Amino acid sequence: MALESPSLTDRFKLGLEAPICLTWELTYACNLACVHCLSSSGRRDPQELSTSEAKALIDEMAELKIFYVNIGGGEPMIRSDFFEIIDHCVDRGVGVKFSTNGTRLDAEKAERLAKSDYVDVQISLDGADAVTNDAVRGEGSYDAAIQAMENLVAANFGQFKISVVMTRHNIPQLDAFEALADHYGAQLRLTRLRPSGRGADTWDELHPTAGQQRELYDWLITRTNVLTGDSFFHLSAFGDALDGLNLCGAGRVVCLIDPVGDVYACPFVIHDEFLAGNVRDPGAFTSVWRDSDLFRSLREPSSAGACASCGSYDACQGGCMAAKFFTGIPLDGPDPECVYGHGETAMAKVAVELRPGPSVDHSARVPVRLGVSS
Amino acid sequence: MPASSPDVVTDFDPDQAWRKHPQVALREEAFGALAYHYGNRRLIFLKSPELVVVVRDLENHPSARAALDALIPVDAHGSYERALARLVESEVICGA
Repeated sequence: MALESPSLTDRFKLGLEAPICLTWELTYACNLACVHCLSSSGRRDPQELSTSEAKALIDEMAELKIFYVNIGGGEPMIRSDFFEIIDHCVDRGVGVKFSTNGTRLDAEKAERLAKSDYVDVQISLDGADAVTNDAVRGEGSYDAAIQAMENLVAANFGQFKISVVMTRHNIPQLDAFEALADHYGAQLRLTRLRPSGRGADTWDELHPTAGQQRELYDWLITRTNVLTGDSFFHLSAFGDALDGLNLCGAGRVVCLIDPVGDVYACPFVIHDEFLAGNVRDPGAFTSVWRDSDLFRSLREPSSAGACASCGSYDACQGGCMAAKFFTGIPLDGPDPECVYGHGETAMAKVAVELRPGPSVDHSARVPVRLGVSS
Repeated sequence: MPASSPDVVTDFDPDQAWRKHPQVALREEAFGALAYHYGNRRLIFLKSPELVVVVRDLENHPSARAALDALIPVDAHGSYERALARLVESEVICGA
């Protein structure tokens, strides 16, 4: 009967009937080739879910009372049935938050989005100026994102989000991002750079320095209106916890459905090791979520491992599973960006060549290089 | 687009009639429930199964106090009244 029950964080570790934060990537096709793309997107996969399969999946989400879905890609607006899919979501009471590079978000699409109830838009932007942004996202991508924002404003869409992956080059632009968001009446969303997908190849040179991590923490702790997708919980070891759940939700409250229906533990681990099943399997998504061996094991109590003696373990929970995995650190080891530097030590024990590379790659068949326009 | 949430807050009066907000959906979980408000798009956690029963059943009682009398041992009424007051603030429940 007690209302002040064990902490929700402890309950969430045991898993839920359905995810709270479900990411669904609609396609691997993308007209950009960002150097840190989590899903190594570029080419459409011929096995991608059909429109009717997508709608059946949405119906299942509605039955599971998944109240909203985070749609991404690839570039989701490239799918010719994009609006059919999001309209079906809204009709079934599944709210949509979708991420786009903005290149397809013209005036007409902005009008259409403004009319649809219950759709949130996140425009990806990784630099507060074209030089910084385009070095990561490709030439012309800054102007395209800004044009999309102008289109949303002209269509009276209301508040949209500007979504930024924090890198060594844009951490000095935090105030500029905030000013940009204010200018458009948008909400700022900052997320963590992961060494996942093509990010595995660029993380070493792009991830924030130790000093910048502190700078980011100090900036975030004074902002209540900046969203983070709970991605910086490893920084809570600096002191006061940042807003959010402060735990790795992979397979517990979070998962990813990729364009071919594969279900992964989180959006940052598109790798065979973290593949739980496929929505085309008997029992569909519900069975994968509730009964897959992988998700069951992620819900078992985990040991603090190498971090057991650290006084900050309760604050950071050992950090991000995906960041550890792709930098070759054991999953019970420290986060590669551990604020005490333990991650640096752990990474030094694993040759870069021995890190697990991505097991799925839909990159266009041209090399993707940092700062080189394609 | 994002619907502006109506101005709250009325103070919670346990002698008034209350009900689950019509725009709130509940998903039951072992710890209680997730409550999602389709208007203000906030996700709230109800931290006990008994509280979920109370929230669902409020509309069948002339007052919150009557609902608690019917569903919850007297010595716990204080904590449930505080919980219901917080749910008024987050618009999970509203005046009937």
